[in-house]
Amino acid sequence: MLAKRIIPCLDVREGKVVKGVQFRNHEIIGDIVPLAERYASAGADELVFYDITASSDARTVDKSWVKRIAEVIDIPFCVAGGIKSVKDAAHILEMGADKISINSPALLNPGLINQLHDEFGQQCVVIGIDSFFNEETNTYSVYKFTGDETRTQQTLWKTLDWVQEVQQRGAGEIVLNCMNQDGVRQGYDISQLKAVRNVCTLPLIASGGAGEIQHFKDVFTQADVDGALAASVFHKGLIQINNLKQTLSEAGITMRAPFLKKDC
Amino acid sequence: MIQQKVVIINTGCANISSVRIALERLGSSVLITDDARLIQQADKVLLPGVGSAATAMKSIAQKNLIKVIQQLSQPVLGVCLGMQLLVSRSEESKDGSVSCLDLIPADVVRMQVGALRLPHMGWNTVSSIAQSALFNGIPDHTYFYFVHSFCVKPSPYTLASCTYAQPFSAALRKDNFYGVQFHPERSGEAGAQLLRNFLTL
Repeated sequence: MLAKRIIPCLDVREGKVVKGVQFRNHEIIGDIVPLAERYASAGADELVFYDITASSDARTVDKSWVKRIAEVIDIPFCVAGGIKSVKDAAHILEMGADKISINSPALLNPGLINQLHDEFGQQCVVIGIDSFFNEETNTYSVYKFTGDETRTQQTLWKTLDWVQEVQQRGAGEIVLNCMNQDGVRQGYDISQLKAVRNVCTLPLIASGGAGEIQHFKDVFTQADVDGALAASVFHKGLIQINNLKQTLSEAGITMRAPFLKKDC
Repeated sequence: MIQQKVVIINTGCANISSVRIALERLGSSVLITDDARLIQQADKVLLPGVGSAATAMKSIAQKNLIKVIQQLSQPVLGVCLGMQLLVSRSEESKDGSVSCLDLIPADVVRMQVGALRLPHMGWNTVSSIAQSALFNGIPDHTYFYFVHSFCVKPSPYTLASCTYAQPFSAALRKDNFYGVQFHPERSGEAGAQLLRNFLTL
């Protein structure tokens, strides 16, 4: 059985792992490589590194840390942030990343999704979507430049339309970050994820809102997502990954069991 | 671990670093090359690959490596798309069919998964593992990391199976040619064990 994935997300700013609350007030959590190693050995199924400064600063940042991660990590990892061209993506993949995640640049140039698909294959192309629920209009809208509060903008895209657009252009996976929930640890946005799940034929990863083990259980059983991404609960040690996976497994959710070598 | 010449065939795809790094972690020194002579002299050869079968075959043809690969007699391991290139033909092409290396008589088809998602992406269990040194120490139902939308159906050359809506070949073998649909280089300790087994074949 295909296991549901637990994905710690490491927000990276200037080579350090940071965490903000609703995209603001970033505090430094630690160095990238030891933290990545710790999560991998604790049973994380995959890691995501978001360079949160890259898109909003309109610059190409030093990505040599990607190589350092690839040298020590033996599970899949994805890099996001500031990838604006096929050339940028090739550079990250050459350093050993398995996937690249595109957010704002895909909104500015949706054709980039097709180009990345054609060049590297669908499996490499992850689309990150920052979605915010506007109570007044009762709609989910896509935002861009969310790495920098002063530049964050609402786009003209409704979230469900954008999901279908990126799917049709050749995306391989969608990470849906529900901005209302981000960093507040009140649970994943189940209703939004369910709505997206209904139109999404790709693997769908939930992001934003994890605060306790029950939230993971809810998102897997109620929104049928393929993976759940979380940051602060792991960084702050509120949830231990092995304990989380054990609990979910006991609740009947398929989790990857650790490898036990058989005597030859 | 073992002093031998390990070569990864440079198929022209961008991300083959992770395979190299995984082998280096096991103590091997690894050469990435498209030089026919160096490939022929290697003790072990890896055929990696991401992207589409048609693009990869075009690249291999342009580098004049089709015959070179077909005539190798040392252990060869195809990984993911690399495994799919070992069979006769693949549906993964704009024309609907592309000839592959034809080393294992089987076909690559698009996965039929019903309501499930494609690509098949994530950790899945490998089972019905045949007696083979490649799977030494690896019990049935071990999780490996998969990312693909095309597959080889179960065949007489299937070494291990995986199921996603339907069963398919997780590993193939004919003579000295081995292939795995999953990514051992990204499959944690299980993957390391498989690569170690390959190096000791």
